[in-house]
Amino acid sequence: MQENLIYLIPLLPLCGAVFNLFLGRIVWRLAFGRDPSRTMVHAVAISSVVAAFGVSVWLIAGPLWQQFSQWKPGMPMEGLTQSVYTWIDVGALEIELAFRLDTLSALMIVIITFVGSLIHIYSTGYMADEPRYGAYFGYLNLFMGAMLILVLADNLVVMFIGWEGVGLCSYLLIGFWFSEEANATAGRKAFVVNRIGDFAFLIGMFLLFQAVGTLDFGELRPFMDAEGSIDTSANEAYMSTFWGGERLAFWAGLFLFIGACGKSAQIPLYVWLPDAMAGPTPVSALIHAATMVTAGVYMIARLSFLYASSTTAMAVVAGVGALTALFAALMAFAQTDFKKVLAYSTVSQLGFMFVGVGVGAYVAGVFHLLTHAFFKAGLFLAAGSVMHAMSGSGDIMKMGGLSKKLKLTHIAFVAYLLAICGILPFAGFFSKDEILGGAFAADAEGWIAGYGKILWVILSLAALGTAFYMSRLYFLVFSGKLRADEETAAHVHESPPSMTGPLLVLALFTLCIGFLGMPHVAGLPNYLGQWLDPSLVTSTLSQPHVSVHGGLCAGGELLNNACVKPHSPEGTIYGLLAVALGIGLLGIFIAWKIYAKGPSEKVANATESGAGKTAYNLSYNKFYVDEIYDRLIVRPFRWIATALYEFADRFVIDLIFVNGLGFITKAFGRFIQWLQNGQVHRYIGFLLAGAAAVFYLTTLNAPGSSPISFSYHQDGDQIVFKADIGAGPQTADGGVLRWDLDGNGKPDLDPDAATDAPDTERYLSDPNPTMAAREVGHQVTLWYTDPVFGDTVSFTRVVTKAATAGGAK
Amino acid sequence: MMLGGWVLPAILAVPLLGAILIMLTPRGERGLAFGLGIGFSLATFFLSLALLAFFRPGPGFQMVIEFDWIPSLGTKFKLGIDGISLWLILLTTFTTPIVILSAYRAVTKKVREFVVAILILEVGMLGAFLALDLFLFYIFWEVMLIPMYLLIGIWGGHRRIYASIKFVIYTMVGSLLMLVAIFYVYAKYGAETGEYTTDYMRLVNFDLSPQAQLWCFAAFALAFAIKVPLFPLHTWLPDAHVEAPTAGSVILAGVLLKFGIYGFIRFAMPMFPYGAHELAPLIAILSVIGIIYGAFVAFAQDDVKKLVAYSSVSHLGFCSLAIFAMTTSGVSGSIYAMLSHGLTTGGLFLAIGVLYERRHTRRLAEFGGLWAQMPVFAGVFLIVTLGSAGLPGLSGFIGEFLAIFGTFTASSEHLPYARLFGVLAATGVIFGAVYLLYMFQKMMFGPIKVKANRNLPDLTGREIAVFTPIVALILLLGLYPGYILKTMEPSVESFISSYERKLGRTKKAIERHRQGQVNAPKTSSQSRVRTAPKAGNTSTLTPATPKRPASGNSAITAPQRDALRDAAKRARANRAALGAGVAPPTGVAKPGAAPKKTPSAPVPGTHRTLTLQGGQP
Repeated sequence: MQENLIYLIPLLPLCGAVFNLFLGRIVWRLAFGRDPSRTMVHAVAISSVVAAFGVSVWLIAGPLWQQFSQWKPGMPMEGLTQSVYTWIDVGALEIELAFRLDTLSALMIVIITFVGSLIHIYSTGYMADEPRYGAYFGYLNLFMGAMLILVLADNLVVMFIGWEGVGLCSYLLIGFWFSEEANATAGRKAFVVNRIGDFAFLIGMFLLFQAVGTLDFGELRPFMDAEGSIDTSANEAYMSTFWGGERLAFWAGLFLFIGACGKSAQIPLYVWLPDAMAGPTPVSALIHAATMVTAGVYMIARLSFLYASSTTAMAVVAGVGALTALFAALMAFAQTDFKKVLAYSTVSQLGFMFVGVGVGAYVAGVFHLLTHAFFKAGLFLAAGSVMHAMSGSGDIMKMGGLSKKLKLTHIAFVAYLLAICGILPFAGFFSKDEILGGAFAADAEGWIAGYGKILWVILSLAALGTAFYMSRLYFLVFSGKLRADEETAAHVHESPPSMTGPLLVLALFTLCIGFLGMPHVAGLPNYLGQWLDPSLVTSTLSQPHVSVHGGLCAGGELLNNACVKPHSPEGTIYGLLAVALGIGLLGIFIAWKIYAKGPSEKVANATESGAGKTAYNLSYNKFYVDEIYDRLIVRPFRWIATALYEFADRFVIDLIFVNGLGFITKAFGRFIQWLQNGQVHRYIGFLLAGAAAVFYLTTLNAPGSSPISFSYHQDGDQIVFKADIGAGPQTADGGVLRWDLDGNGKPDLDPDAATDAPDTERYLSDPNPTMAAREVGHQVTLWYTDPVFGDTVSFTRVVTKAATAGGAK
Repeated sequence: MMLGGWVLPAILAVPLLGAILIMLTPRGERGLAFGLGIGFSLATFFLSLALLAFFRPGPGFQMVIEFDWIPSLGTKFKLGIDGISLWLILLTTFTTPIVILSAYRAVTKKVREFVVAILILEVGMLGAFLALDLFLFYIFWEVMLIPMYLLIGIWGGHRRIYASIKFVIYTMVGSLLMLVAIFYVYAKYGAETGEYTTDYMRLVNFDLSPQAQLWCFAAFALAFAIKVPLFPLHTWLPDAHVEAPTAGSVILAGVLLKFGIYGFIRFAMPMFPYGAHELAPLIAILSVIGIIYGAFVAFAQDDVKKLVAYSSVSHLGFCSLAIFAMTTSGVSGSIYAMLSHGLTTGGLFLAIGVLYERRHTRRLAEFGGLWAQMPVFAGVFLIVTLGSAGLPGLSGFIGEFLAIFGTFTASSEHLPYARLFGVLAATGVIFGAVYLLYMFQKMMFGPIKVKANRNLPDLTGREIAVFTPIVALILLLGLYPGYILKTMEPSVESFISSYERKLGRTKKAIERHRQGQVNAPKTSSQSRVRTAPKAGNTSTLTPATPKRPASGNSAITAPQRDALRDAAKRARANRAALGAGVAPPTGVAKPGAAPKKTPSAPVPGTHRTLTLQGGQP
């Protein structure tokens, strides 16, 4: 019954958070009148994460390993699942708070809890002087809990809890030093940009639910059951054509990917990540490098069956990833802030991962996620160590020659550097190469010819750029002479063991973990590929055959054109390995030539004017993307908001309509009030005026003016007349209407009646006579005999007929 | 006598008794008035918790109790609850003691009258939620107005007179039209059946002609749309909120606004489904505009209270949109979002009140950096803000998620372009974060710019007592919504199914009329039991003119009326069906996946009626 303990993994850090944020403080204040001591705070925080790591390892090494060792390729492997309780259950929607520990989430929780533990330990040194120590560790633990919920979730909605939960912690930790307005703004920017992604995530979820009727991964994924038969209904739903002739898988996948773009900082939603460096450095290492930002990659790997159902969606993912990788690398060239360089590097490396999962090389993408978690966390922690030594400044132009003073940090940094540059045998070499190889070999139906090769070229350029700017960073910081002012220089010191310890552990892992996923040559084993195989859909470089479990590519019928086969002949793989290694070395070499002795004068001269300056400014100002967004989105938003409030709300709706109505009512009331002021002589005046008006109206039939009239309109070839005898006494019963419609000057007679009978007049007293247009005369006359006075008045007017009518008589 | 039948009248009686008692206390006894007020409102709250013990989830009304009230008019004092009103009643009784407690320091003049006004307001709100008689509902609906008018007008801010009059007139305009519609239905029903009554349970099964349904729905909808408030009928709300004292704002946002959506669900839609059906796209459009517009305008505010007031326009847009989706998740989500909105927005207003008591300003520019001064307050404020922004795990998420989900998956028969509406509503998720976090940053983060903010005291014990239940419920409702959703589900499903049944009947009648099937089935005239002898009336009408334009809104002719009457008859014969819970499984079908759930089985004996004669002790 070990699997019933999965919930402990996220719960333990959450308990730590509750203690450090609420419970501990309340209890300590009531009991001792003070907050818990620092030792207490970090003891609780660290032990909760380490305990989560312990439970994870225990579960993975025990029941999960047992399942895995009995698993045979082509068979389903459910992993361990646990449903804690039914969270939402309304109508057709049933969402359990359920967890799933399979090989993919197992890898993730090990990364998260292990790297997380190290960063917690590191934080005790880095944040030692922080007054809000408890809050810091509380948020950090809260983040761990949310992140573990995200990766362990068994359905998309629970994943969304973690998805937004990590966003909240990111918000709180970026703005941790909130008395700087800029930090708080950076946190808000991160949250809002992520919310744009989350909006798309929701839409993607709804589309999936409508198509399949569930959001559970176990049911979304077309697993083969024990007898080997596959429920294909989910597949059929993915393959069904939806908007714009594309499959449902494309649209659902696209919206979910936009969500991933927000969380994992891809074009066009990457802009928050560089600003997120406002947070404490360990936070950048944990959240904005190792774990949270990789959630998008994880989500796509988790939904590999969905993306495998639409080659278009895969192409989009890979394309966006490749472009992000290259552009972020270019933006990193001219940055002068230690952490900003690393931030753009993270964006770029995440782009690599998306290319990996986008071309169907899921193992490669997840592998890079793993190695990146170690070396990038290490790079950030090293940055923290350096900035700690430099009295908090991160300006690399003021560093230099630190290799002698920060020996341990330097050693660790070199390991990370070689890893990110892709130098054998460091971890980044293997994972990056697997992605490059996957892109090189990728080809799918519906893609433009050579799309995989294009991706490979872009990625290779990005890799070259990475090697260059990372080495530039290294040379500016560690070689040459120290360029800091004297006071700072005097304080330079190696960090305490609580900080260097995690650095060295990460460096050791950076050296080793690459061997988990060795390239598919010379019969080398790819342990990671084998481990992840049960949780992913398509094959990897390690397995040239297309895996059939889940049946997604079985027989090539269901998803024949979605099967991506990212593997190449052995010779090509050797060639690609050599090229990748060469690119890494070349990048380092160029950086060494330019920056070996600190900031280069050549570069300074070249960028002083002309094209060099333009290029430098573009890179330094990050292609002005922030400014463009500001002009196109942020400012118009403010402007529209103000306009809507001031004009639409206050003026049109409230002033004109609401208060306008009130004003009219009030004005009318005032008028009536003025009429009835209680003065008799005014009443008599009104009386007289009224009497005069009545008199005038009743005697209106003066010669020359006619009180009656008529109107007419043409209805097809008929003309309809409408008599208007006005208002007043003449409307009493007994009035007689006579019409002359044919224009002969006499009242029209009924054609069927005897002509001498006066009461056989046609249209007698008919207020609405109708006559065919061609029969209507030029002039029409109406007579009216008043019932009261008995006098007859007449009204004559010229009738204009429409052109379509038959013409006048 | 049914067990628990005494609870509903007692819930009304306790706060009323409290109000009377407090009126008898001597003037100036501040503590006594507040103490009694809190005591009686707490007693009401605990009494309402008893509802949970007696309530059995199921369709139909429970604990129904009725007295003859004005026999000559056919109006009754009839109370009852279902799974929808149950939670709104609890929200009301939960909010009231908190509100009184929160006002302890803020209200210094006319304390006695203040507490009395709030208790009378509670009576009005509870009565309106409980009423199962249209006339009774109308009375309580108007009773609510008066104390609120006084709360704004006496204890309000500088422009309190303007705001209170605007509030009253605005609400009156809508409710008078509703009264006209009530009279119309009353007269129509009486003319058709010979029995004049305003009993909701009778009238709800009475089929008006399509045209009449349209007009009556419009009249009801206007009253409720003003209360929601639906764009563009919302401008009374910011004024009322800004000028009202904190307690007034909390009740206004927490409970009073809910009557808009509640009125739609309880009265306007079940009684006039054809009108609701025809106007659904219009209301959906206005709701979506409200969601986005409210968010934009909230962002433009400098006065925090106004910002939160406009956020209500945005949040309640989700609710009014989702009820027209006619999916279980949409309607449930709408109700859930109302509960959550009551907690989070109430909490926000309370938090603003805390600051106002300390600083006597509500301008964003006057704050900044408060977190450093008031960390406990900041934590509370953060949770409430995030709850309002719909962070998963807090209450706001469940309601908004279900509401958007329900809208997105609505069938096009009920809501055309449902997906588009869903997507547009979902943008509210982004905008909500924009203005709420903007507000939070302006108040809590950044350096302390204003000197007066330097030594602000953190929350006092009383204030912590005010916020603790709210924060706890925001967390509880977010983490464990199952119980609430389960209790309301049968009521929601019966709401949808009876709506669909009645709509189907009306549509069929129209269809039959169009096809010129003049003769209604013979059985109908035999079963016409209570119809008044007015057959001569129909004979004078000319036979149906087939030339009528093929529009659903055409005037009603004799055969159509016959068909409708026939339908009404069947409805009357099947009246028990209302309580029988033959709710077909609604919501989207699940192609492919094995059906996880069976439609909830009818719970026998849930339609309990308790009848007491007038003079009985």
